[in-house]
Amino acid sequence: MATLTFKDFKSDQEVRWCPGCGDRAVLSALQRALPKVSQALNYDKERYVVVSGIGCSSRLPYYMNTYGFHSIHGRATAVSTGIKVANPWLTVWQACGDGDALAIGGNHFIHAIRRNIDINIILFNNQIYGLTKGQYSPTSKFGAITKTSPYGTVEHPFNPGALVLGAKGTFFARSLDVELALNEEIMTAAALHDGCSVMEMLTNCIIFNDGAHRDLSDPAVKADHTIVLRQGERMIFGKDHDRGLIYDGRKMRVVHIGEGGFTEDDILVHDAHSDNIGIHMALADMKGPDFPVALGVIRDVRDITYDDGVRDQVKEVMSRSRIHCVDDLLRSGTTWEVE
Amino acid sequence: MQHKIIDAKDVVIRFAGDSGDGMQLTGSLFADMSAVSGNELSTFPDYPAEIRAPHGTVSGVSGFQVHIGSEDVSTPGDYCDLLVAMNPAALKANARWCKRHAMILCDIDAFDASGLEKAGFATDNPFAELGVEDRMIIPAPITTLTLESLKNSGLDRKSALKCKNMFILGMACFIYNRRLDYVYGYIGRRFEKKHPEFIEPNKKVVRDGFNYAANMQLIPNTYIVEPAKNLKKGTYRNINGNQALAWGLLAAAEKSGLQLFCGSYPITPASGILEELAIHKSLGAKTLQAEDEIAGICTAIGAAFAGSLAVTSTSGPGLSLKTEAMGLAVMAELPLVIIDVQRGGPSTGLPTKTEQSDLNQALYGRNGECPMPVVAAHSPAHCFDAAFTAARIALEHMTPVILLSEGFLGNGSEPWHIPSMKDYPEIKPPFVQGLLKPGEKFHPFQRDPETLVRRWALPGQKGFEHRVGGLEKTHEGVLSNDPLNHETMVRERAEKVARIARDIPELKVSGPQDGKLLVVGWGGTYGHLHAAVHELGDNVSYAHFDFINPLPSNTGKVLESFGKILVCELNSGQFADYLRTLFPHCEIIKYNKIQGQPFLVGELVEAIRKEM
Repeated sequence: MATLTFKDFKSDQEVRWCPGCGDRAVLSALQRALPKVSQALNYDKERYVVVSGIGCSSRLPYYMNTYGFHSIHGRATAVSTGIKVANPWLTVWQACGDGDALAIGGNHFIHAIRRNIDINIILFNNQIYGLTKGQYSPTSKFGAITKTSPYGTVEHPFNPGALVLGAKGTFFARSLDVELALNEEIMTAAALHDGCSVMEMLTNCIIFNDGAHRDLSDPAVKADHTIVLRQGERMIFGKDHDRGLIYDGRKMRVVHIGEGGFTEDDILVHDAHSDNIGIHMALADMKGPDFPVALGVIRDVRDITYDDGVRDQVKEVMSRSRIHCVDDLLRSGTTWEVE
Repeated sequence: MQHKIIDAKDVVIRFAGDSGDGMQLTGSLFADMSAVSGNELSTFPDYPAEIRAPHGTVSGVSGFQVHIGSEDVSTPGDYCDLLVAMNPAALKANARWCKRHAMILCDIDAFDASGLEKAGFATDNPFAELGVEDRMIIPAPITTLTLESLKNSGLDRKSALKCKNMFILGMACFIYNRRLDYVYGYIGRRFEKKHPEFIEPNKKVVRDGFNYAANMQLIPNTYIVEPAKNLKKGTYRNINGNQALAWGLLAAAEKSGLQLFCGSYPITPASGILEELAIHKSLGAKTLQAEDEIAGICTAIGAAFAGSLAVTSTSGPGLSLKTEAMGLAVMAELPLVIIDVQRGGPSTGLPTKTEQSDLNQALYGRNGECPMPVVAAHSPAHCFDAAFTAARIALEHMTPVILLSEGFLGNGSEPWHIPSMKDYPEIKPPFVQGLLKPGEKFHPFQRDPETLVRRWALPGQKGFEHRVGGLEKTHEGVLSNDPLNHETMVRERAEKVARIARDIPELKVSGPQDGKLLVVGWGGTYGHLHAAVHELGDNVSYAHFDFINPLPSNTGKVLESFGKILVCELNSGQFADYLRTLFPHCEIIKYNKIQGQPFLVGELVEAIRKEM
């Protein structure tokens, strides 16, 4: 098998996202991650299918030189599910936005997670409807002023991480569009995860919601406002590397190392593979100003996958049934002869 | 009293009771038994939408009608020779279906003051109130006798009461001279694994019912319906429409060499198709019970893209929900079979009743210029061929196809001369390998010049990476807002569907090939129209449409050969309006019924005669 590179995954289509759009960086990370995934798993390029719904981010399949399906609003997850169940050998990637996956397509999203079907979902979360030009989305902050909420929204946003883990998701990671290296890392981990992987990418919509994630991306503050979780490492963050997370049995707390008797040894060690969904939920839930926002792979656990289950059941029934073709079927059960 | 055995050409029996009384089981067992004895038959389950509607009320009555005969039986029969009424409500709901000489067998234990009141009778003589006191009424204390029969069986009272339907079945077996072996066999198979303790009590109740009917001295005549004589030689089985439809899809999967994928959401009266396919994993079928109707079709579209024979099954309200995705399948030009087992509408409508009112939705119910082939099944057994054909058209013409069935067909059953798969054609989808000339580049929407069908490349095939989707594209698969490209593609998609007419049989007319009047039907009214035309003496011209879009290529020629065309359908005239649009110079008149019930042969005879 020839080694694949970044260029192999670039299509000849002109990228038509706005200059400065965060989606461009996510696309670039994906095109850089897939050659690595291909190497690790011995995958050929024709094995990839990229599926999307409707929205700015859903243009992504056109920019990937793979099999692609640009479906309809909200339904990407259902289309992906059908592709994967029909042919589990394929490796399915999905691009969808916060409106696409969490509003109109919310039902498919939670059920794909519940079934643990082996697809890789990149959730582009810019907290706004971009393609329809600036209406609020299910992740827009409470009070957000948009074209359809000129006096501010009066509804609570979804936290996608809490939604995924609430549906007993087996893989959840979060990152920012600008974190190219981390994104490659997350995408590779998602590909290696056998089951439904959700990657929330906090992206910047430069036109309709510019700076929505500035608190997390601004180099001046990001070390204090985010924590990058890595397997087996202590949850320490801050510009001066002096703060950490502890779990006091009921809730997460931020402590200063060296103060109040806390040493580095007291700080939690991240275990994405732990069965304890409570800790993962607490990590996914963290937000400012009291907590850093967790980035990286928050949860990555093994469980049976739906596509394997369907395939294995078919195999199992085939091996013990006495009906092997339609002629057998037509003559099964009660029949009688007319002579 | 010595009873007389009478040879009957055909009889119609209607079993009616509370929705928990087991009338569907009793009726289908009687039907199966008759089928195995070589009778022609047709069945019609008529049940309420509620699983257990209020006990003893008219709205909760569940009925099962079976028509058995020794000659051509094409309908479940208009009126019955025997009505079994398990309570006053069942009598009230069904008395009007009794023939003049009908026998009414009722569980007189249920005809007490409270039963009569629940059914809304004003007097204590329900028979007089309904004007059926002149029928042969056979009051039998069925509840008491069933409990008596089972008093030493070890069954508790509740379980024992559930056996009332077996007592009735025993009585029916006596009246129609049926041997009990078939019922015994069924009872054995049904309970052997989980409840072997129910086997002997159930057999005993059937036997006691039979003996009671023989001994009660109230039944003057019993009947023998001889096996049908003109049946084609071969192996037969009894089959209902939903089952035949599922099997037809499995047959198409086998003949195309593709895996069957069905993504569906449960809905009455279509759930039987998903249930049936879920059983047959041994033939490689994959079924996915989706989270909603939209996911049903969208998973199927995904599976089609991946190379499966993809199917989604539903009924009217579900078809409404699938609408946008149907447009996606048209745009992506992927093969897909969308099954609509029609029920009374609009909205939730009459979930368990039959209708043909989704025709306009099937033809037109999508945004944009969105043509789709529409095929209709015309009898329970024909659902097999209709499904096979719908799948063949979808796969060979790279298009979604709507297959219309009806509640009446899905739940109804008839004996079926089992075909052999060697008599069915191979299905050959336009796979890209073999169709591409050496050195030729693959363009996803380039078309065959004859059929306008695009070529199918499957994910996983090296070198054919391409993108499909809902946005308008060029033949090369590149997104395009170009005005002329859009018009070209719209016209080509329409023409592709129109040219399917070259690939379907011509319309046949039974009776004279030209004349004053042509009777026309489509879908599940076939049996009734066939019987009505037969009754009128076979000098009536009659054409039945299995293909709605495109119509058979000779349709215009056929219609123009008649002075007027009477279109009979179970809606307010949708097919008639469609024909009027396409053939404005023909005189097209309508005969319609919108009651959630099939036609009666009698009313069709009258309607046709009026126009002759």
